Amino acid sequence: MTIHDPQYQRLTRLTSLWGSLIGGPVNTGMTLIGVLVLALVLPPLLHWAVTDAVLSGTQTDCRAAAGACWAFLRAKARFILFAFYSADQLWRPALVIALLLGLMTISALPRFWGKGLITAWPLTLAAAWGLMAGGGPLPRVSLNDWGGLPVTLLVWATCMAFSLPAAVLLALARASRMAGLRLLAVSYIEVMRAIPMVAILYFAMLILPMALPTGMVLDKLIRATIMVALFWTAYLAEVVRGGLQTVGLGQAEAAQSLGLGYWRCVQLVVLPQALRQVIPGLVNLAVGFLLATSLLAVIGAFDLLNTAKAATSDREWLGFYDEAYVFAAAIYFLLCLGGSRYSRWLEGRMYVAAR
Amino acid sequence: MTIPLRDIGRALPPNRRGVIPALVAWWGPRPFVQLAVILLVLGGLWLLGQNIAVALAQAGISPGFAFLSSAANFQIGESPIPFAAGDTYLRAIGVGVINTLRVALAGCVLTAFLGGALGVLGLMGNPLLTWLVRVYVEVIRNTPLLLQLFFWIALARNLPGPKQAIHAGGIWLTNRGIHVPAPVLENGWLWLLVSAAVIAGTILARRTGYRRSAWLLSALLVVGIFWQAGLRFDIPTLQGFNIRGGLSLSPEYAALLVALVVKFSAAIAEIVRAGILSVPEGQREAARALGLSDWQIMRLVVLPQALRVIVPLTTSVFLDLAKDSSLAVAIGYPDLVSILNTTANTTGHAIETVLIMAGTFLTLNLAVSALMNRYNRRVALRGEGRK
Repeated sequence: MTIHDPQYQRLTRLTSLWGSLIGGPVNTGMTLIGVLVLALVLPPLLHWAVTDAVLSGTQTDCRAAAGACWAFLRAKARFILFAFYSADQLWRPALVIALLLGLMTISALPRFWGKGLITAWPLTLAAAWGLMAGGGPLPRVSLNDWGGLPVTLLVWATCMAFSLPAAVLLALARASRMAGLRLLAVSYIEVMRAIPMVAILYFAMLILPMALPTGMVLDKLIRATIMVALFWTAYLAEVVRGGLQTVGLGQAEAAQSLGLGYWRCVQLVVLPQALRQVIPGLVNLAVGFLLATSLLAVIGAFDLLNTAKAATSDREWLGFYDEAYVFAAAIYFLLCLGGSRYSRWLEGRMYVAAR
Repeated sequence: MTIPLRDIGRALPPNRRGVIPALVAWWGPRPFVQLAVILLVLGGLWLLGQNIAVALAQAGISPGFAFLSSAANFQIGESPIPFAAGDTYLRAIGVGVINTLRVALAGCVLTAFLGGALGVLGLMGNPLLTWLVRVYVEVIRNTPLLLQLFFWIALARNLPGPKQAIHAGGIWLTNRGIHVPAPVLENGWLWLLVSAAVIAGTILARRTGYRRSAWLLSALLVVGIFWQAGLRFDIPTLQGFNIRGGLSLSPEYAALLVALVVKFSAAIAEIVRAGILSVPEGQREAARALGLSDWQIMRLVVLPQALRVIVPLTTSVFLDLAKDSSLAVAIGYPDLVSILNTTANTTGHAIETVLIMAGTFLTLNLAVSALMNRYNRRVALRGEGRK
């Protein structure tokens, strides 16, 4: 058996794994602690989720059992995902979810990066809002009936679509030599970043309606979307600024000596290099924002988290909060895990490209 | 970086002195376009302000902070300082500030300990523990804080009553709150003496070279004071239908604290991990070649360099924690945002309350940043000419 023999390599890997698990008293102790944690957590969790769980039936069946009530999810999954959207029109929010997830996937693939995306985003968003609201041949559905996953995704995507370009402008203003613009940008960014998002949502609830011209009424969800987009712009701007700082001064000077004006220089030389540097950071921020959309529940908008919470107060299915939250958490988890894995993959890819 | 503008050649030569030229140079190119932009922004804000003023006048509310001294006709669930309906709004807001600080400070301290421990445990080289820490971090990081908070508060409110409470080691978990043992000194003012001993020890350790002796001295002093004064722990016990003694935390406070600590310790664990991994392997090998022990390598070689990465990132986690403590409003813990919201709803002074909120959080942010920057300066890379 030589050292290049796969069997030998597997053997050494096994012995090193074995050694790292029980080699030395400290390691043995830590392994014991790990096993203890697993022994404390796993069996009750398995009993709850699998062996004692109720898969179908009614509330009374569930109350009799000790485990999870998956029957509750069977009954309420539609409500959690789509809220009060009329039952015969469910294909519309489902299509919106598919559209937005498709848009995210396409935006994530480097081969599609380009001008096409810049037109695809507004078009898809307009289509999504139109599909949800209805009009023309589609029956209208009031904003009050929207809810669940499509609202979470729609608010997130709309805010991102506004915030990213705005953030680039804001970051450019902060990096510019014009002190007046710099002052405006710095004060906007710092104030926004100091305030909690809950306060921004209260602003949307209490003050924004008064600030609108008389006669103009916007729905709660729209107002919240506007304020959240403004809020996220400040955070994105800071990340973009980090990217601008990685572009050497010589780049802009060289562009200038070629006779490019400010905007051409920014568009052709500075931004392509700056943005590429910070895409992983932007993706991480976007993942955080998707989680942050759950704060809409605080002002009573029916996003995914709030529909999950509301489902637990149904009189037929009272108090199955564990099951509802596990369901919502699983959806957030899958979306965000995908996002963070993607950002790590991108980082690795850029690292290879840079070498 | 500064993106040079078309008229970079017109920048002022550095040898021209004077206040006005300096100001003009600072203001930068296109002075009048800049002024126009600023005026446009201010004009837009003024327009919105006009709309708000009209709406307020229609509602019969006169703007200003005079309402702060009028009576607030609401109760506050929990309050460290006495508060009853009829006290002023100012006092109510004070209660909110204290409640926010109470949860944010405790949250930061516990998060630092839990996050640091998790980060180090994940790097000890034990595959099982590494895997467990990864699972914890991924699950916590990829689900919303508010969802976790809802989960914790539902859990806290569905704990058994005092009679069937879960208890171990003097800690009682009941649906009326969490009760933990509290240290009690017979004389309240002795706490002052204890803090004085600790502060003196810290200063001595900083100023003189004898760090270990200074710490030992202050530790001895503290133990001596406790010995003399008779420190005892007030351990909660079941008396009749209730649990008495010790420190009792309301379900809301406990749920919020646990949610914040669990959520942000995952972030700290990642930062600690990244910080320690950022120290090149060669440093460790060199230290081992010099004959340092594992503990010495950690304390003298790895940590000083890792802290340069860890401290600035930790600052922003603490700031996020303080801001996210405002999620309290979703579970009915009377923090600053929650009380200001109630105030805005009862008085109609929404603008003023949002201003107070923004002001308080700005101050808090600046204070935490300043403190952490001081600490950061101690761990940061020393430049030329600094010892």
